[in-house]
Amino acid sequence: MEMPLFLRGVLVIAEKNIRIYYNKAPVMIFGLLFPLFMFLAFFIGRNLELAAFFPGFLAMTLFFTASSVGPLITPWEKRDRTYERLLSYPVTLEGIILGDIAAGAVFGLIITTLVWVVSGIVLHLSVVDPAAFVMAFLLGTLSFAALGSLLASPASDTPSNVMMLSSLIRFPLIFISGIFVPLTQMQGWGLLLASVSPLTYLVDLFHAGLTGESIFAPFLDCIVLAGVILGFILLARFIQMRNLMKGL
Amino acid sequence: MDTIQADHLKKSFGPITAVDDVSLSVREGEIFGFLGPNGAGKTTTIRLLTGVLTPDAGAVRINGIDIHRHPLEAKMQMGVIPENSTVYGDLTADQNLHLVGKLYGMSRSERERRNREILAQLGLEERRGDPVRTFSKGMRQRVSIACAILHRPCVLFLDEPTAGLDVQSRRLVIDTIHRMNEEGSTVFLTTHNIEEANTLCETVCIINQGRIIATGSPERLKKTFDTTQSVEVSFDRKVAKDLFTTGAISKIEPLGDKWRLYTAHPDLVVKFIGSLAEREQLTITSIATSGPSLEEAFVRLTGGA
Repeated sequence: MEMPLFLRGVLVIAEKNIRIYYNKAPVMIFGLLFPLFMFLAFFIGRNLELAAFFPGFLAMTLFFTASSVGPLITPWEKRDRTYERLLSYPVTLEGIILGDIAAGAVFGLIITTLVWVVSGIVLHLSVVDPAAFVMAFLLGTLSFAALGSLLASPASDTPSNVMMLSSLIRFPLIFISGIFVPLTQMQGWGLLLASVSPLTYLVDLFHAGLTGESIFAPFLDCIVLAGVILGFILLARFIQMRNLMKGL
Repeated sequence: MDTIQADHLKKSFGPITAVDDVSLSVREGEIFGFLGPNGAGKTTTIRLLTGVLTPDAGAVRINGIDIHRHPLEAKMQMGVIPENSTVYGDLTADQNLHLVGKLYGMSRSERERRNREILAQLGLEERRGDPVRTFSKGMRQRVSIACAILHRPCVLFLDEPTAGLDVQSRRLVIDTIHRMNEEGSTVFLTTHNIEEANTLCETVCIINQGRIIATGSPERLKKTFDTTQSVEVSFDRKVAKDLFTTGAISKIEPLGDKWRLYTAHPDLVVKFIGSLAEREQLTITSIATSGPSLEEAFVRLTGGA
């Protein structure tokens, strides 16, 4: 009986998060405006071939959007005194974490799909490897939605602290993951550093899907991203369990 | 079978033991009061009983279901109003109830029917479509209660449900507790308000420094610790303490515009007051006798005075 109850809890929590948090200012700022401004700052006034950088830009959009919802939910709910209430309903901490991840993942998926459709029409882009492309979307959005929940885990009841921590971790990642400097041009320390960032594997998988050129095998990118999802979820659960009382 | 059964619960936070070997059982259909001074372990105990926290040792069963082994099944049986917690301010009262109804697996038609019924009961029908953030504290507490009783739980946990409420909201909360109990719910409530526990609860349990120090009916607890009775009297004008000269009075204390006279023989004190009024040409504006109070028992048990 527990599994159907668990799954129902995950879905209802995701729905609740979608209703409440999608239109919050931090989600709009960090999820929509930031990737847009990063794109404009990098591309405007420079003579770059947009199509060549598009996989990286798509990965960056997915990264920012999917990871923008999660950091907000737990601290916001602790501050508003709804978190303990939620824990007393027929849900578990694991269900809450998965519900938060689902909300972030759906946000990432919707916005990035829109960006891809519009850009695809404007830039006449095509998909070379549909399987790699679909997997990039699915694994990418889940990975970074899970990162969002992980970033919220040490939180007490101050959303601004979490947003600060989240910026501190997310920003360096976009500079070392082959978005602005193509992975094929990276060597030595640069490539080594890139290989420890989960975003690198998403950029690479998008490259595989859209251009057919990747530095790792798409299968390896998928394995790494799946491992990242699992790792982030387990770590988020561990930290949230330890910090359950914080801010209650 | 007891509806709530807790055995040897223990919970520590670092070096602080918040709950130490707490065992209790609550019978089906009972209103059970859980009292204790600030920091005694009431909220931690209720969090352990409702599955919000996992105990370091011990077990909790709700209707025979172990809450830490089968948390979801056990939570389906209960409605909880945690202390200071509220509902989602961005959602309307109706949306909050739909959200909770979905978590308890209620169908859409069932949710709509029950939402209407419960919001009308709690005087919120006209505001059902308004965001809860626009509500007063009392109205928010009513939405909070509505969320807890929406699915007609077998067990209702309330942590300080009337704290900080105005008289009308407080009365509505108490009426709701009575109504749910009459409909068959077992009620577990923590409160600072001794008088509330005295009038609402069939059994009262007192916790202090993480340990249970007394359990029983309010009347039994009162009699265990104090056999003294008192007479409260007021006159049409102010009188001096020195006038109460009978040896039947053991202690005198002012109480607003009244005097409270402690005695083991209230009949003698009442007769004395009558003769005093006649002698001093006073008019008695009110007089009442009362037995030992639960507050007195509580203070003695918890070492407060």
